[in-house]
Amino acid sequence: MLRLEKRPSDSQTMAYWSPVLAIVLTLICGAILFMSLGHEPLGALYTFFIAPLSDTYGWTELGIKVAPLLLCAMGLTLCFKAKIWNIGAEGQFIMGGLGGGFMALQFLDAESSWVLVPILLAGMASGLLWAALAAYLKTHFRCNEILTTIMLNYIALNALLWAVHGPLKDPAGFNFPESATFADAALLPLISEGYRLNISLFFGLFAVVAIWTLMSRAWIGYQIHVLGEDASAARYAGFKEKALIWFALLTCGALAGLAGVSEVTGPIGQLIPQISPGYGYAAIIVVFLGRMHPIGIIFASMLLGLTYMGGEMVQMEMSLPKSLTGLFQGMLLFFLLACDLLIGYRILWSKSADPKAA
Amino acid sequence: MDIDLITNILYATVRTGTPLILVALGEMVCEKSGVLNLGQEGMLLMGAVVGFMAAVTTGSLFAAVLLAIAAGMLMSLLFGFLSITMVSNQVATGLALTIFGAGLSAFLGSSFVGVGIDGIEPFAIPFLSDIPVIGKIFFQQDPLVYLSFILFGVVFWVFKSSRIGLKLRAVGENPEAANAMGINVHATRYMAVLFGGAMTGLAGGYLSLAYTPLWSEGMSAGRGWIALALVVFASWKAERIMLGAYLFGAASIMHLVMQGTGHDVAPNLLAMLPYVATIVVLVLLSTNHAKSKLNAPMSLGTPYRPQV
Amino acid sequence: MVNNMARLSLTGITKRYPGTIANQDIDLAVKEGEIHALLGENGAGKSTLMKIIYGVVKPDAGTFLWEGEQIKVSGPAHARGLGIGMVFQHFSLFETLTVAENIALSLPKEDGKDLEALSARIKEVSEHYNMGLDPQRYVHSLSVGEQQRVEIVRCLLQDIKLLILDEPTSVLTPQEVKGLFKTLKQLASEGCAILFISHKLDEVTEICEAATILRHGKVSGDCKPQEVSSADIARMMVGDDTPLNEDYAKAEGTTAVVTIKDLNFRSDDPFASPIHHLDLEIKAGEILGIAGVAGNGQDELMSLLSGEETSNANTITMLGQDIGLWNPAQRREIGLAFVPEERLGRGAVPDMSLQQNALLSSSHCGMTKKGFIDFGKVKEYAQNVIDKYKVKCADQFAQAKSLSGGNLQKFIIGREIEQNPKFLVCSHPTWGVDIGAAILIRHALIELRDQGAAILVVSEDIDELYQISDRICAICQGELSPIQKTQDVNIETLGQWMAGSFDKSTIEKSAGESAYVKA
Repeated sequence: MLRLEKRPSDSQTMAYWSPVLAIVLTLICGAILFMSLGHEPLGALYTFFIAPLSDTYGWTELGIKVAPLLLCAMGLTLCFKAKIWNIGAEGQFIMGGLGGGFMALQFLDAESSWVLVPILLAGMASGLLWAALAAYLKTHFRCNEILTTIMLNYIALNALLWAVHGPLKDPAGFNFPESATFADAALLPLISEGYRLNISLFFGLFAVVAIWTLMSRAWIGYQIHVLGEDASAARYAGFKEKALIWFALLTCGALAGLAGVSEVTGPIGQLIPQISPGYGYAAIIVVFLGRMHPIGIIFASMLLGLTYMGGEMVQMEMSLPKSLTGLFQGMLLFFLLACDLLIGYRILWSKSADPKAA
Repeated sequence: MDIDLITNILYATVRTGTPLILVALGEMVCEKSGVLNLGQEGMLLMGAVVGFMAAVTTGSLFAAVLLAIAAGMLMSLLFGFLSITMVSNQVATGLALTIFGAGLSAFLGSSFVGVGIDGIEPFAIPFLSDIPVIGKIFFQQDPLVYLSFILFGVVFWVFKSSRIGLKLRAVGENPEAANAMGINVHATRYMAVLFGGAMTGLAGGYLSLAYTPLWSEGMSAGRGWIALALVVFASWKAERIMLGAYLFGAASIMHLVMQGTGHDVAPNLLAMLPYVATIVVLVLLSTNHAKSKLNAPMSLGTPYRPQV
Repeated sequence: MVNNMARLSLTGITKRYPGTIANQDIDLAVKEGEIHALLGENGAGKSTLMKIIYGVVKPDAGTFLWEGEQIKVSGPAHARGLGIGMVFQHFSLFETLTVAENIALSLPKEDGKDLEALSARIKEVSEHYNMGLDPQRYVHSLSVGEQQRVEIVRCLLQDIKLLILDEPTSVLTPQEVKGLFKTLKQLASEGCAILFISHKLDEVTEICEAATILRHGKVSGDCKPQEVSSADIARMMVGDDTPLNEDYAKAEGTTAVVTIKDLNFRSDDPFASPIHHLDLEIKAGEILGIAGVAGNGQDELMSLLSGEETSNANTITMLGQDIGLWNPAQRREIGLAFVPEERLGRGAVPDMSLQQNALLSSSHCGMTKKGFIDFGKVKEYAQNVIDKYKVKCADQFAQAKSLSGGNLQKFIIGREIEQNPKFLVCSHPTWGVDIGAAILIRHALIELRDQGAAILVVSEDIDELYQISDRICAICQGELSPIQKTQDVNIETLGQWMAGSFDKSTIEKSAGESAYVKA
């Protein structure tokens, strides 16, 4: 019989091993899944997780996926540390893309890369505004942020659809729901010629360093941490709860907005109906898997980025549905939550068959 | 606007409100016992895809509905195991369930996109359906709509005057005390969670078998989340869930009204309405914070592990 | 009436938890019609033993004899079936249910079905034992004393053979205590065995015929309280190496540090109590004690003083400044410190280390620079508190939740006192801590007083208030009694104040609440 026993103090070792264990369990389940679909499990796992990274091009493609994940995840780290359950990175990402894309469409004849400044700022501002709505609803009306941010995600998605079907549709685009393609000057500079990877990866890495410094050394970071751990203690200490909520949500909104605008001015280059393959949701998994620690988050975003590439790879090579990506992501999060139990508890197998005696 | 148009709109309102009622009633029972299951969206999708697959492969709509319910229950069992037995964080586990359900349903349903079936047909109840206006709105619906009326009655009665309802409320308010009273907190919560899963699975089946008899990825379109807001809006009262669900139903079919009255508004803007309405409702609720605090189950969201 | 067969007889009861042994080899026998005391310090294992008898917790070893037969109690329902009833210290009631619904839940299905018949029985039983109760009222609208009556009546509705009461008097006024004792004696005379858990020796001497004393999870002695001196019983409770008590000289305050004028407050929390027209002055160099039954506005007053809640301007003045609308951080800057009742989950963050917790309320003492934390200073401060207040912990990186109640309380008190406050607000300073820690804490408070700080202590422990306060008063339903020098107030007067009889306007209201007094 399974029995849980509370540890007197949380296990630090387990906190780091739990994600590893979760990944292993996900791989085992993945292998079983491939097997049940009639594929050779190790080969399929190889196709999903290793084949996409077999050359430099693969690694740079991974970088393209890691950049938005890092930006969203670092913003979410700030929110989750404060126990603000912001599920809205997806909507903030989309609004960032929409706002930045709108700005980029004003500069279709631009020649100088300086136009990127107003474009990126517009993207960040749009994401920030979208998060500000959630912050306002939470601090003024005590609305549950999970529900409001989810609703705002759906609204953002519909706003994007409306824009590309209506006002921002390319007049010369044969009635496709797409905007005009942006000017070359309005696209983010590439890190290396011949690959699609652009400087948004640096934005992501910068966010990691900045947010980490804030969380580990700054007084406001400490306050956010206390607020998340124990709201009564934060009130007792006199921290300004509302200001902290605003700070965390706005920062997250700006970072997710930056991710969104980087996506449309990066690999996409125009506004289309689907600008995010769910980066905002995947970033939630990144944060949990990465233990809200910078190094962990970098690795976790690489793994999650890889699930997108793996999904495309198995679709091409093995004609399996691309939606395997979401399945792997979901399994990963589930196993992680289960394994996290081992941080606070020990699992014992008691031999007694009688549950009453346990 | 003529009376036929209004009747048609109200008829569609009841249809649109039905999945919300089912999910929200289930979630209400679950929350009453102190468990917050944010995985509704994932369970809804699983109910929808499994029901649809069953309908295509077996050809039996009845079996399809049962399997949809079973799918919802299986998902909720997974949630229950993690959040009740393994005392994991309910918010994170619910989110995981949603993400997992979205992924799994897309995967399972990938070869069923674009397949057509004959959905569940409306069935006019003799006599009642002949009542002018009301008859058309409420009694010429399909059997699952009638089932939602019955289930409402059951849930209403359970909390009004049954011992099970009393136990559920006790567990949701103060699990320690309930345990000391000799109520099995975990068993009660498992039952509530499974009931919620069954209801949501049924709602998923309703979507893919009756409402729009087809499967498409993410077809629940946030209904699971709206239902969660609805429970708060209804302050955990079954009769207010009915009312709220129909109000939301009306908001989601505004395009019908617009077309009917000859207005031309971009469909994507109208599609935002239910989501905007949800936010507006949450704002309105906050004006009565004290009251909703009295109604909310006190241990909502906190895992409980009995001392042995 | 009383025969010699033990109704309950435990031998060799042992219960282990990870890292501790809660009960070790415990023997206990309670006879029919006997009021038997179970004495011991906080953490001595009393509660665990109770829960074992009531079936909430299963023992690892030992035998359980019930009316001479060996049995295993499978759960609370089984225990109730045997005729065992329990009144918990933290009541196991459901606040959003009515009295009748609460009681229905604890009864077998058939008895709990008909709420109307049940209500009639509740009325009948509660009147028989002089404990007025309205079955239709919601529990959250009842006073603490009335809630206790619900718990007792719940037990009496069944054929009760053994009634267990866990620290029943800690939440009552002295007058209510008298009423409770009367009820208990009546019950015992009807043949019911009563197990009375307490750490208050005078009460035990008053009503118990036998006593079993626990220390560190073991039985340290059995006695007849009427035949043994209190000091001897106390020795058995705390052991030989702990001083029993200290007497402190009373002091007289000088100038007012904090003045409260016409403070009114009503929270939007439906479970909170309001504060009415409260006036109070706390002087430098004195300890002012406020007695009162829980839930009479103490929590709200504390929050208003700490700044976690705010009322109006010009209601609270500290050192000449109107701080009525300031937040806690601003108040701390001018010398306020606060020890809240909840140690984990307000006074300290459970999952954070002691070092991180040291920073929680003392950031204004030079531990942050330009928005960044000076970790060197934090470390030094935390270590100083740990050393000076003898906090037992692995090191300063230990999580707050891993400490015992007494050690965490020493840490929090130390953290607040080391800020050199001019005004210290202290809520239940020694609640649930062992005697050693309690003495250290009281000593620290007296020392701070002698350095000239103004100290306000709110407590439910009247003995403690008499021991350390220089002036004393009571709070009832958000109103404050007169304030007098401690030596001028006898315990009867204080009891009346706690019940609200200090002003014409409140006497009628309290009459209904104090059925115990009339009985």
